[in-house]
Amino acid sequence: MLPFAPLSTVIWLPIIAGILVLFTGSDRNAVLARWMALIGSVAGFLVALPLWNGFDRNLGAMQFQEFQPWIETFNINYRLGIDGISLLLILLNCLTTVLVVIAGWKVIQSRVAQYMAAFLILSGMINGVFSSLDAALFYVFFEATLIPMFVIIGVWGGPNRVYAALKFFLYTLLGSLLTLVALIYLYNASGGSFTLLDYYLLPIPLTAQILIFVALFAAFAVKVPMWPVHTWLPDAHVEAPTGGSVVLAAIMLKLGAYGFIRLSLPIVPDASQYLAPLVIALSLIAVVYIGFVALVQADMKKLIAYSSIAHMGFVTLGIFIFNPHGLQGAVIQMVSHGFISGALFLCVGVLYDRLHSRLIADYGGVVNRMPVFAAFFMLFAMANAGLPGTSGFVGEFLVIMGTMSVNFWYTFTAATTLVFGAAYTLWMYKRVVFGGVANDKVASLSDIDRREFFVLGVLAIAVLCIGIYPKPLTDVLNMSVAGLLEYVAVSKL
Amino acid sequence: MEFSIMDLAPASAEIFLLAAVCVILVADLFVSDERRYLTYGLTQVALVVTAFLTAGGIDSAPVYAFSGMFVGDAFSSVLKAGVCLTVAIGLVYSRSYLEPRGMYRGEYFVLALFATLGMMVMISANHFLALYLGLELLSLSLYAMVALARDSARSTEAAMKYFVLGALASGMLLYGMSMVYGATASLAIGDVIAAIQSGDANSTILKFGLVFIVAGIGFKLGAVPFHMWVPDVYHGAPTAVTLMIGTAPKLAAFAFIVRMLVEALGDEQLVVEWRQMLVLMSVASLVVGNVVAIAQTNLKRMLAYSTISHMGFLLLGVLSGDIDGYSAAMFYVSVYVIMGLGAFGMILLMSRKGHEAEELEDLKGLSQRHPWYAFIMLVVMFSMAGVPPTVGFWAKLSVLQAVVSIGYVWLAVVAVLFSLVGAFYYLRVVKLMFFDEPSQQEVMQVGVGSGVLMSANGIAVLALGMMPGALLAICERAITMSLRVAT
Repeated sequence: MLPFAPLSTVIWLPIIAGILVLFTGSDRNAVLARWMALIGSVAGFLVALPLWNGFDRNLGAMQFQEFQPWIETFNINYRLGIDGISLLLILLNCLTTVLVVIAGWKVIQSRVAQYMAAFLILSGMINGVFSSLDAALFYVFFEATLIPMFVIIGVWGGPNRVYAALKFFLYTLLGSLLTLVALIYLYNASGGSFTLLDYYLLPIPLTAQILIFVALFAAFAVKVPMWPVHTWLPDAHVEAPTGGSVVLAAIMLKLGAYGFIRLSLPIVPDASQYLAPLVIALSLIAVVYIGFVALVQADMKKLIAYSSIAHMGFVTLGIFIFNPHGLQGAVIQMVSHGFISGALFLCVGVLYDRLHSRLIADYGGVVNRMPVFAAFFMLFAMANAGLPGTSGFVGEFLVIMGTMSVNFWYTFTAATTLVFGAAYTLWMYKRVVFGGVANDKVASLSDIDRREFFVLGVLAIAVLCIGIYPKPLTDVLNMSVAGLLEYVAVSKL
Repeated sequence: MEFSIMDLAPASAEIFLLAAVCVILVADLFVSDERRYLTYGLTQVALVVTAFLTAGGIDSAPVYAFSGMFVGDAFSSVLKAGVCLTVAIGLVYSRSYLEPRGMYRGEYFVLALFATLGMMVMISANHFLALYLGLELLSLSLYAMVALARDSARSTEAAMKYFVLGALASGMLLYGMSMVYGATASLAIGDVIAAIQSGDANSTILKFGLVFIVAGIGFKLGAVPFHMWVPDVYHGAPTAVTLMIGTAPKLAAFAFIVRMLVEALGDEQLVVEWRQMLVLMSVASLVVGNVVAIAQTNLKRMLAYSTISHMGFLLLGVLSGDIDGYSAAMFYVSVYVIMGLGAFGMILLMSRKGHEAEELEDLKGLSQRHPWYAFIMLVVMFSMAGVPPTVGFWAKLSVLQAVVSIGYVWLAVVAVLFSLVGAFYYLRVVKLMFFDEPSQQEVMQVGVGSGVLMSANGIAVLALGMMPGALLAICERAITMSLRVAT
């Protein structure tokens, strides 16, 4: 049932669809552009589904491999392949793209074709990152994602969009350029190969490992983002249009964590072990300190942005304790955070479209006017706080369980998130949704329409399904995680 | 000096071009202003035919002619064909710019062709004097072209600066060459190599000569600390001439470096010496070029500083001192020329009668007025910043790989850090085009020819970014087949 070259299809179909959408030109053809984008994104999701069915869950190796020589001078190849971790993230990405296209249906009225095309092309590139097994190819996709996101924030963003777009671009470019040097070093050290699987087996002395780790860390930590290089994220989120925020939170942050998993751990295992306490410390600071920062935010988008940083702290924590529970928890947390943060940004988007304010103080008593919306918002707020039965709980629980076998105090500190997360999310929810109708503007609110209902409904189902029955996910992950941890366990000195 | 009729074959392209220039020079006398397109057409035909003639030698082993003054090899064929095509494309972009400014005249085309001839002689030179003659033919033509806008005080000033500093640089080169002559008793590259290898050459004098030659090259290339003329000349020259200075001569300058440093002075001991100088020049160029470009409000000046930083990158490839590095540098300079054509060509296309679109402000809101051209400029800017999937990324990757392979990881780190600084001002251009509202509603009037070429240029930057293999292979082959000093 697999189409020819399934991974290439998943990468290039959205990109080609995006280019076709661009050709619809000016806003006179906006309706056509929207429908083409919808068809393109749905098709992109459909071609990703066979991967899920065809994936052999008993195999730790890379699957669906494709190979084409690309640039022979540097021995760079078009080499694709995925394991369970990539598979989940690809599916998450394809689904999110559909939702983002629908969410931008009415809100975006200027340069519609370019908006839709940017998201489709971005989606294809991200699939490329998740399926590259060649370091140069990985880097090309990793960097190329910056261009559409830069344009999305800069063109359709809020008043301070130029600053945010530039900050986003330069911050992330700084990290990736250092990574480039590290990759070139590895190319020379391995005798002229850019294949990731060759790097996994390459012996490297500890000093070099540490330097490579730091260079890779510069790129991925900025992307995650980890404390203290997180400051671009709130700015980017606040200024980005809703769709941009959703993709940024749901997908682009995962590129950093994915980079840790695919590059840092297996290529420089000794340095990863050596520096793990540092990474764990930064992760815990993110969890606790950023939790406090989120508590005092007056802007809903900023609050969710900070909550993203705290949740991503869990992901990096799970990765760097090097045990199956932690790593599985980290990946599930990535997927679940993709759904939850995406949904929360969409909820804020729903309110913003109506009142053009993101300030908590401008709201109050929304439930009286928008009961259905309030129910959805409630679900996602609870999931964000890690309520059992939602996907937010599964990932956090697994990570906490994983840390317990390493160090009690890690567990203790990490677990405080269950308190802080609940505090900042529910307090915001209370101030926005409950109480009497705060002002005339809120009084004029109308409940969500069918389109918004559909988008939030899909996400709600996803959040609940993973929360109640996460076994399909863990089944996919088991062998991949075990395979990865084998690489980490073997010293390369 | 003996002459045989066989000598004419390797130099057929140069001879053809020289004949064509003479014909055009005379023919133009009989052409009225309304029919100037005849001169233009003849010029284009001459350039394209010359490119074809040179491309014929792309597979040949080195052939020496005129008592070893001249060499025809794969390396020179590739670069000469590149120079001819670059000048031809530049002239297409320039046409609508020259017409309303009274520069659409025979002199312009003849000077451009002489400059081309000079570059070809430089590229094929196998003797210091031939090298110098080619360089002077190129420089003198360019000085005159800069001064061609006679009524513009700025252009005249730029021409003056260019001339004085260019003469100084030529003097340095000559001085350096004379020292090499003193040490090796020869000016022919082959004999110089032999003399240095035999160990008879006085190494102190040789090194002194080397210093002057490197300084001269630094001037011609526009590398820091010999870069002072670059911004003023780029800014002051009519944009069409800026395009001319900023593109094809870089190919010739690269050939100059290869002939002088890599071949003639490519002995291992000397490589160690000039590598240190190039490291300094390269780092300084990266720092000054990228940092000062941020402060510019004039697009041409900004691109001038960006050129300086690109020359820093080019030197990175050269200083690695091995075949990989030289082919990386050749790839870099080829890519730079393609991007330069796009960037300067866009300024030409945006200019119209009585208005030079050379301020950054002129780019405001371009994406709303001309989405397609804004997109091309976006691609060119990201390529200059070295962001994939554009070809600029592969150019950076190849020189960085060359530097890392000789163990200069720190240099690669410095280079990428300053290319990050550089990314800022390229992004500012994108920001002006895409994020800002247009400040003027004027419509660009782009001719069919330049429109199609500009589109092809932008697509080439993107397509080469997806498939850089062929161009990389051409550069690698040209270098390995031709260079006499193989490490």
